[in-house]
Amino acid sequence: MASVVRAIDTSSRQGPVRQRAAARRSFPVWRWAILLIAGVYFLLPLYAALRFAGLHAFGTVFVQPGFWPALWLSARLAIMTTLITLALMVPTAVYVHLRLPGLRRALEGITILPIVIPPVVLIVGVLQVSPGALKSTPWLLGLVYVILGMPFAYRAIDAGLRSLDLKTLTEASSSLGASWLTTLWRVLLPNLRTALLSATVLIVALVFGEFTMASLDLFVTFPVWIVLFDQLNANMSVAASIFALVVVWLLLMVIVIIGTRQSRRTGGGQVNLFTAARTDTKGN
Amino acid sequence: MATNATDDTAAGAAIAGTAPARGARTGTSVSLRDLSRRFGATRALDGMSLEIAPGELVALLGPSGCGKTTALRIVAGFESADYGEVLIDGKDVSGVPAAKRDMGMVFQSYSLFPNMNAVDNVGFGLRMRKMGTAQRRQRAAELLEMVGLSEQARQFPHQLSGGQQQRVALARALAIEPRVLLLDEPLSALDAKVRLQLREQIRNLQQRLGTTTLFVTHDQEEALSMADRVGVMRGGKLEQVAAPAELYSRPATAFVAEFVGTMNRLPGELNGGGTVTVLGAAVPAQDGGPASGPVDVLVRPEGLTIAPAPDGNGIVSNRTFLGATTRVTVLISGDTEIQVDVPSTTAAAMVPGTAVQVTLPSHPVLVTARET
Repeated sequence: MASVVRAIDTSSRQGPVRQRAAARRSFPVWRWAILLIAGVYFLLPLYAALRFAGLHAFGTVFVQPGFWPALWLSARLAIMTTLITLALMVPTAVYVHLRLPGLRRALEGITILPIVIPPVVLIVGVLQVSPGALKSTPWLLGLVYVILGMPFAYRAIDAGLRSLDLKTLTEASSSLGASWLTTLWRVLLPNLRTALLSATVLIVALVFGEFTMASLDLFVTFPVWIVLFDQLNANMSVAASIFALVVVWLLLMVIVIIGTRQSRRTGGGQVNLFTAARTDTKGN
Repeated sequence: MATNATDDTAAGAAIAGTAPARGARTGTSVSLRDLSRRFGATRALDGMSLEIAPGELVALLGPSGCGKTTALRIVAGFESADYGEVLIDGKDVSGVPAAKRDMGMVFQSYSLFPNMNAVDNVGFGLRMRKMGTAQRRQRAAELLEMVGLSEQARQFPHQLSGGQQQRVALARALAIEPRVLLLDEPLSALDAKVRLQLREQIRNLQQRLGTTTLFVTHDQEEALSMADRVGVMRGGKLEQVAAPAELYSRPATAFVAEFVGTMNRLPGELNGGGTVTVLGAAVPAQDGGPASGPVDVLVRPEGLTIAPAPDGNGIVSNRTFLGATTRVTVLISGDTEIQVDVPSTTAAAMVPGTAVQVTLPSHPVLVTARET
């Protein structure tokens, strides 16, 4: 009797195990195939660009006229846009989550608009109505980028807020005597670090890749410089764009690695672009 | 899990054996006067009044939606009453924001700040009170020792078990030497064993520190075992406020009687002169019941006695062994099931199917309108 029970027991346990093993065996083939196709798709153009530019172009791209000013302008715009966006979106998102949860959907809808509206339409409209004093400064472009970055920033922050028990944390903080600002600064922002870094990553990538608005606003940002320079020296321009790609990629990696390391310490998740999930409490 | 359980036990022992903590604050009284609060169409609180004496632990007990949490949140300052006032030591605090009320609060969900370790969590309230770093750390360490978590001082919330987190939260609430301690179902998220240990620990600490405490729970066992007095709430009102023993033995209303402990309903018939006929015998009825109509008589399982009798008025349908006593389910008058607690030694003879005679107590019984 006992042996029969055991036999049934083992057979029922073996079934799924065998299936899982089979799945494991067949999975890598597909995985490698997909990886290979994706790899070729992404790397082939890069390789072509490298071949086209020639290695010596990389040595001289840094001394080309306009290279550094364009890079510097883009860097300033990235910083400006990030700071303004976070300063606007964090309090807004926190407030909506806490006090007006019914508006969350509406806000989500509003923040998606910049993606739906073509950049050309947006910048032409902005240039029509913006005050003259702003038009000739990079601030205008920065402010437009804030609008452009809003969908990404909002989603990243929203995901971060959703992973926190916002109501309990703010109430605990205020029952201990903290003011609103202190709660935001000492309790909420540190726990939103992952989300804020995600937002930053997205905004920086956006600013370093945006061409339409910058060129229509007559600013020579880095992407604009690459296109302009392309007409003078094509190899050099391609080298510059590969350089830009590497620089932005390195920057993002640094942000992600530092952010992930810091958030792991307090039990947070990896810095991702759209999620900032916090690991669950273990047991009781 | 096993290690956590031993942790909690050790903590309980440590607390029982230590001297009163420094800076214990006593003597804060709390009065809730005629509090009313509406949320849209629902009346969360409907003229609720409660006096809490200095150093007393009062539990608010009731089903979900009875208004107990709203009352606590009004005292904490997270909600405001539409009508009525909250007095702390005789002073109305309605206009005082939560941050300035000096109330320690422990929440149902884990509320530790995830970015701070245990010491910094406990020290947060002291930091808000501008206490220096060294002093703050020392005080926080003392409090962690008090809840038996000295070794976990450097750990972050995600590294702590649920029970440990609630103990840190308790230490954090007590660190500011609150005038009133507010506990909002602090044990509901924990599993049974940890809950039991933490229950004792909270009660021990509260008694040692003498902190006036308001405790909200839907768990009657928790309320009865921890509180000096229990207030049973229903529909935004207090049905009865009394010491646990009184609440159990002399419930003021049928709702209280049935909410606290197990209660049998026996169909009865009212007679003139304050008696009720139930199971063929006339017994005195408690005051306050209905004057006419079909009624039920409420009796606790330990209030009834049964004995095997071939021509008895009931038949045993089930038995549950509970240790010293056995709960016997008896079918009376066709479809009414009642439960009777019997010493396990006598219950051995009452196998399902046995005919038994059910006898009522001689003291006055609680009578209520029959439920349809």
